[in-house]
Amino acid sequence: MMRILEGSLGLHEQVLGLRSRRLEVLARNIANADTPHYKAQDLDFKGALSRLDNEPSAMSATHPSHFPVGDTAGSDGLRFRIPFNTSMDGNTVELSVEQAHYGKAATDYQATLSFLENRVSGIRKALRGD
Amino acid sequence: MGFDRIIGIAGTALNAQMTRMNATASNLANAGTVAGTEAGAFRAKRPVFKALLDEAMTHEAAPYVGGVKVDHIVDDPTPVRRVHDPASPLADPQGFVFQSNVSEVSEMVEMMAAARAYQNNVEVINTARQLMARTIEIIRA
Repeated sequence: MMRILEGSLGLHEQVLGLRSRRLEVLARNIANADTPHYKAQDLDFKGALSRLDNEPSAMSATHPSHFPVGDTAGSDGLRFRIPFNTSMDGNTVELSVEQAHYGKAATDYQATLSFLENRVSGIRKALRGD
Repeated sequence: MGFDRIIGIAGTALNAQMTRMNATASNLANAGTVAGTEAGAFRAKRPVFKALLDEAMTHEAAPYVGGVKVDHIVDDPTPVRRVHDPASPLADPQGFVFQSNVSEVSEMVEMMAAARAYQNNVEVINTARQLMARTIEIIRA
């Protein structure tokens, strides 16, 4: 029975965590909209997701003296945002852009949540057997 | 769950923006004050924000890395106005008083900017709160 639960929730469970992490990064940007020299960040969702899958990347360091390629092991998947316009105080947060991203991220979260909800109600139905 | 952190981060921003609003109120209240010396004249106060980059910068009870705090408060560098007003009890021997360098117009703009930034963070909290509530609803699905 445990197997049913693990398999059916699938990736959505981890994706939900990632999505809430992205919301947090965007909340940081909005909080620091007036902080001098603050650099806006965003989560590289695709990269973070592929790391969840544990797919071996095309190039990997197989020898201690190899240089790491691409994302390093300790990377948290955060990338600096490239602003459309620069500002005088070195802050790269563009509030309207961040608001748009936050709104979309919230919707994405709800979408993942709906998928999870469906899975849970499916499991419930199977367990009840009616 | 990261929602408590989201709400905490937005909370630090609310705090910082409230300080900014307070500074603006203080500046506006002192827009008309005069002093007898140039050094004693009131200068507009501006809070400077700083991002909380790691645990060492946050308070133990509020470990919201990525939030914001008021780092320090600077005086507006605009020179103060020197006005001839011999009738004032504060006038120097030459009959001059020094008015504050507060510009009412830029203070109003500052106040509006602080209010908008505050509202933005309230929206962040609202959205996070709704998502949190929906996530809890899953148990009842």
